[in-house]
Amino acid sequence: MVDISNIHKTYITGNNKLHVLKGIDLKVDAGEMISVMGASGSGKSTLLNILGILDNHDHGEYILNGVRIENLNERKAAMLRNKFLGFVFQSFNLVSFKNAMENVALPLYYQNVKRKKRNAIAMEFLDRMGLKDWAHHLPNELSGGQKQRVAIARALIAKPKVILADEPTGALDSVTSQEVMDILTDINKNENITMLIVTHEHDIAKRTQKTIRITDGMITEIIKN
Amino acid sequence: MFDLDRWQEIYHVLSKNKLRTFLTAFGVFWGIFMLVIMMGSGDGLKNGISQNFGDMATNSVFIWAQQTSVPYKGFTRGRRFDYENSDVRALDEAIPEIKYLAPRTNVGGFNGASNVIRGLKSGSFQIFGDYPVFDSIDPVNLLQGRFINELDLKEKRKIVVIGLRVKELLFEKDENPVNQYIQINGVYFKVVGLFKSKRTGEAASFDNQRIHMPFTTCQKTYNMGDAIGFFNITSKDGIQVAIVEEKAIKVLKKRHAISPTDDAAIGHFNLEVEYKKMVGLFLGIRILVWIVGIGTLLAGVIGVSNIMLVVVKERTKEIGIQRALGATPRIVISQIITESVVLTTFSGYFGLTLGVGLLELINYLLDKSGANTEMFLHPGINFNVAITSLAILVVAGAFAGMVPARKAVSVKPIDALRYE
Ligand SMILES: Nc1ncnc2c1ncn2[C@@H]1O[C@H](COP(=O)(O)OP(=O)(O)OP(=O)(O)O)[C@@H](O)[C@H]1O
Ligand SMILES: [Mg+2]
Repeated sequence: MVDISNIHKTYITGNNKLHVLKGIDLKVDAGEMISVMGASGSGKSTLLNILGILDNHDHGEYILNGVRIENLNERKAAMLRNKFLGFVFQSFNLVSFKNAMENVALPLYYQNVKRKKRNAIAMEFLDRMGLKDWAHHLPNELSGGQKQRVAIARALIAKPKVILADEPTGALDSVTSQEVMDILTDINKNENITMLIVTHEHDIAKRTQKTIRITDGMITEIIKN
Repeated sequence: MFDLDRWQEIYHVLSKNKLRTFLTAFGVFWGIFMLVIMMGSGDGLKNGISQNFGDMATNSVFIWAQQTSVPYKGFTRGRRFDYENSDVRALDEAIPEIKYLAPRTNVGGFNGASNVIRGLKSGSFQIFGDYPVFDSIDPVNLLQGRFINELDLKEKRKIVVIGLRVKELLFEKDENPVNQYIQINGVYFKVVGLFKSKRTGEAASFDNQRIHMPFTTCQKTYNMGDAIGFFNITSKDGIQVAIVEEKAIKVLKKRHAISPTDDAAIGHFNLEVEYKKMVGLFLGIRILVWIVGIGTLLAGVIGVSNIMLVVVKERTKEIGIQRALGATPRIVISQIITESVVLTTFSGYFGLTLGVGLLELINYLLDKSGANTEMFLHPGINFNVAITSLAILVVAGAFAGMVPARKAVSVKPIDALRYE
């Protein structure tokens, strides 16, 4: 599903060059659930952003679901993100002026699905997250756990191949974190969606099938859980 | 297709900082408002001045006799003279550029003692002896009957065509003046026509107090011999009347033994020159109005562009989220441009409406008060100009949104997402 080899990324700020990813090779099969760990600044988010086509890599090869990701224009990139990828962020990243249902429906809006239809589908997904009663609330009326569940529903609605989650439980307490992980593992099992989860917590990492450790821009360890 | 999400977003963006939106909108509002008011006033001024012309041929010149100021051919200076009937033919033959040549005489009396009587009613009016061709130079609206014709002229018929005011003063309200008789300086004339001026305001009431009779009748009845009061001449289309004017003066000087250097002997007034001065003035006003108006409008539109830049910057993260979820650059750009167009068009529309409304109000008040509208009449802008300025607004709004929209999609999605 995800196949990268020899990925390099260097950030250039002014006169400083920061070589963050120094040749990453990784193969993730369809339906796998993998966690990424590593010290702060080791390049986890950078890797995930490249996989999410939110950022571009300097060297190496990235193939997503058989599509070679290279020199894409923004339109193509946006369409690939919409079709193949779902994002879950640490800070939820909900759109503040849209209610929970509209937030969930957003990816379908970009596919030109009719409003009535996409809202109905969004309601279904919210129902699965146990948030049906909160559908018409704005994000600032929701708790952290609720927001993250809305974000997960939004990541799922377009039926992506891969879900990329950058510290999805980073802003949540441990009980809520486990609840969110329950949902993610459920989805992984039932829908066979590939998942990459960046985390700092061993409890979280343990619940995935494989943990990849990144140290200073390179994969140094792969642990089977 | 109506897209509720798009309008929700537009509402969100514009209502987030209401004062800022209002101030920005005001810039555009004021620009178009000023443009409308200035253009309307310019037109009002133009209409006011133009009403004094009616349908009068503007390529016309008046020539009359004064006193000589230079001794010539044995005559002393200060000599008085009259134009004669033979001058008409001489002018016609010597100057091929003439289109209409109307010699005229007048029997004074305007504002003087009563000179026209009908039964117990009387009034003082301006009385002219005219050629039929006069109606082609300074046309009037014929309400009843006919104007003077060639036969009248030839037979020196005692007929007159009277202005509306003359009728009002000498006849009963529902009386038909045609075929009735009026007495002018003791002589009876039959009324054959009734006219109304094509001008408005004071110029019109002046016109409506005129009485026209055949030129020949006038000369004969009032013992003028073959003296002509003045000439009214127009030039052929495309020829400046100044050429005719110069040639006519030359011919007349020669025929009446006036020194070629005598500038005072022959009085003349070139309407075309005056008219052109005025047209130039109005063109100047119009250009000025457009420059100032467009300048003001431009300032407003630049304000919109500026605010959109700020909005885009504020919303960087939000736009980043949308792009991560699959919003293509086209979607983002069209969203921002729509916001800009909506803001510009709405505020512009209000400016337009209010401006036109104010002009209408002025119009109404002017009409109602019956003020002397000698200089100012029917201010207003024509429908096309209004539609054009609305179209300009939409385009300007789109341009104002262009730079911010480009900016919004020029950053990488990840940089937008990271923006704090
Ligand atoms: N846009 C950027 N410009 C310059 N440097 C950057 C940029 N993004 C990240 N970096 C740098 O690259 C390095 C890796 O950052 P990254 O965000 O990938 O770390 P991380 O492993 O996710 O850390 P954390 O666990 O703290 O989230 C860091 O040193 C960071 O300062
Ligand atoms: Mg990180």
